[in-house]
Amino acid sequence: MQAALTTSMTFRYFKQQVFFTVVRLSALLIALALGGLIAYIVANGISAISWDFLTLPPTDSMTKGGIMPAILGTLYLTIGAIAVALPLGVVSAIYLTEYAKQGRFVRLVRIGINCLAGVPSVVFGLFGLGFFVVFLHFGSCILSGALTLGILVLPTIIGASEEALKAVPQTFREASLALGVSKWETIYKIVLPNALPGILTGSILGIGRAAGETAPIMFTAAAFFTAKLPSSVFDEVMALPYHVYVLATAGTHIDQTRSIQYGTVLVLVGLVLGVDLIAIVIRSYVRKKKRW
Amino acid sequence: MNRHQKEIFIRGIFAFFAFASVLILALIVMFLFREGLPIFKEVSVADFLFGQEWYPTYDPPAYGIWPLIFGSVIVTVFSCLIAVPLGVLSAVYISEIAPASIKDITKSIIELLAGIPSVVLGFFGMVVVAPFLQDTFDLPTGLNIVNASVILAIMAIPTISSISEDALYAVPSEFKEASYALGATKYETITKVIMPAALSGISTAVILGMARAIGETMVVLMVAGGAAAVPESIFDSVRPMPASIAAEMGEAPFGSGHYHALFAIGMVLFFLTLFFNLIADYISQKFKEVGSATL
Amino acid sequence: MEGNSIIELKNVNFFYGKTRALTDITMDFSKNRVTALIGPSGCGKSTLLRVLNRMNDLIDGTKVEGEIIFEGINIYKPDVDPVDIRRKIGMVFQKPNPFPKSIFSNIAYAPRLAGITKRSDLEFLVEESLKQAVLWDEVRDILGKSAMTLSGGQQQRLCIARALAMKPDVILMDEPTSALDPISTAKIEELIDELRRNYTIIIVTHNMQQAARVSSKTGFFYLGKLIEYNATEKIFTNPDVKQTEDYITGRFG
Repeated sequence: MQAALTTSMTFRYFKQQVFFTVVRLSALLIALALGGLIAYIVANGISAISWDFLTLPPTDSMTKGGIMPAILGTLYLTIGAIAVALPLGVVSAIYLTEYAKQGRFVRLVRIGINCLAGVPSVVFGLFGLGFFVVFLHFGSCILSGALTLGILVLPTIIGASEEALKAVPQTFREASLALGVSKWETIYKIVLPNALPGILTGSILGIGRAAGETAPIMFTAAAFFTAKLPSSVFDEVMALPYHVYVLATAGTHIDQTRSIQYGTVLVLVGLVLGVDLIAIVIRSYVRKKKRW
Repeated sequence: MNRHQKEIFIRGIFAFFAFASVLILALIVMFLFREGLPIFKEVSVADFLFGQEWYPTYDPPAYGIWPLIFGSVIVTVFSCLIAVPLGVLSAVYISEIAPASIKDITKSIIELLAGIPSVVLGFFGMVVVAPFLQDTFDLPTGLNIVNASVILAIMAIPTISSISEDALYAVPSEFKEASYALGATKYETITKVIMPAALSGISTAVILGMARAIGETMVVLMVAGGAAAVPESIFDSVRPMPASIAAEMGEAPFGSGHYHALFAIGMVLFFLTLFFNLIADYISQKFKEVGSATL
Repeated sequence: MEGNSIIELKNVNFFYGKTRALTDITMDFSKNRVTALIGPSGCGKSTLLRVLNRMNDLIDGTKVEGEIIFEGINIYKPDVDPVDIRRKIGMVFQKPNPFPKSIFSNIAYAPRLAGITKRSDLEFLVEESLKQAVLWDEVRDILGKSAMTLSGGQQQRLCIARALAMKPDVILMDEPTSALDPISTAKIEELIDELRRNYTIIIVTHNMQQAARVSSKTGFFYLGKLIEYNATEKIFTNPDVKQTEDYITGRFG
């Protein structure tokens, strides 16, 4: 009996060991995928990076020169998207969590927002084309692209902000209101400052993703090549993700421009992951400091 | 304006912007329909969805998107075969096995992986995975179902992993303690108690991961090969729905049948992902209500 | 004592949705006295407290019937701003709930928003409030430190000081010592005894001895009704109602 029990324990621990190994390998595989990907991009792209590459426009039918207009275009589009989505998203989230009656209507709105967060980005691109470019006659330009990207990240920002607002303890609100402080002042002085780190990290992550998106700007803003830098929001722009796509798939110089492609990919990944890292660092810093 | 009026005024402004957000999001659906529905004057819904031939620029054009739907489904299913085990197991690692210090790093890795732009992953599929497949299996092209599935899996893993981890984390520690107190090993506790208790959350994760994969555009545009035909082997090229939209929208004349057909494909994608999301919402809502009593 | 009441309730009913939480409460609270509200959990005593400064407004689907007269006005009249009421009727909660700000900012928070901006005025007010709450000696050198670093008992006295800084007429205390150790509890009770001179205090408590120690009048609640309202001494020695006696002597559920 004792022997049987011992054997079975050994076997049980053996199964555990096998399972743990598989689990650890899965995690390791994912880490290796990310590490390998980044290493590969850096190894192949670093040689293309130079001051000229970052500050000059493309030359010789895009086979030589730099990618400055694409960097600039991505910055314009991203900043435009932030300008649209951040205020609108945060204000909407404040309304939904702090003001609106928590009934069936708000729940319906939440489901709608959730579902839109899951809608493919190419569908947002179609919307941008149908609404901004065609219906409002903006044409393919910075404005259309930035608005499309802004709407793409709007559900993410609303979701992240709502979560951050809900994480502020109810007791803070009660303490403030019981002191005869009005609702808006309570939100402004107590709730928002405490929710801000959460709102920011969530929003930064969302916007980092928007910066790397290609499908939504393909029909709404991005140009294959622009001879001049944009001078107004109604101009088309080049953008890093679109530049990668175009150089890698279209035209007759695919092999000739490999080094530019790798360089562009490196810049894009550096930009997006850099932004993500900032958000991750802010969050872990704030979490460590937080006492409630 | 006294304080009371000011409060009402501020509340009004907030309500206005919240309403505007909702309105904008409703506009998306509206414009998708506005531009997509006209195609059904030229072709019936059944012929559109199940038609075998997608020749939108021929004369007369053929608007059957079955090969595109099939392409989408096949790469999604294959990518999930890779992403579900990896995503769920990595979530188990993070929530149950990893030491605290490695846990945060692993979570950050998953988050960074989610942050890699899809065009970069597509590029990687073109320059690394495609030549590898082509050489190894001696294929005419490395841009095919396998390639697209592998790359899509990388995109779906973060979604599956992070939502599964939330679900595993939410399992009450009483369950674990009860199981350990009965002499169960950690492995037995994880597989017999924790994972079943988190099952609905994990299902939500898988569904949302699939929704992510089916809607992903750049990857399938760049590495699926682009053949608008029902494939015969896993090394054949396909043209999933998002790829069709992205590739053809540039050359579809505004207001043409082709243009409307591409919007109608957008509608199909929209409804598919909406469907996935509603199921996910339903499951997680049910889970919330019943809570720990589901075991 | 007649004619010296500061808050009067007339036939007050309170509903959460369709559930009635308070039934037909009529009572008055005397000025500069401590009144204790006792009763088993869920009897409505905390609900009544939150009705008095309109904190229950914050919960959707609640309804108040009847009149609550404070300084001659029904505080539920439509043109009354709850914010004004809460400035005059302060509240201390069950668990200490300081803001994650410095000690100074916690106390200066509400006065600042009420329009006191001069630094010297605020400094005076903070010192005065902390002294009233018998916390000044312990924190005078660390006013800039986060309130979260204080002990539970200190935090609760800080919350009392924060309420005092608004110079309210009435202070509502919702089981203010239930989260504290016996020594901190004793300090708060001493403090209540001090504050009685200048403020009207209404305290909800689970602790019978506490009610007996600090209050001059006690109301016993059961199932949303005011069963008995009498001088504390009478309630604890010779109550009029059988239910009160059963509860006080511990023969109650």
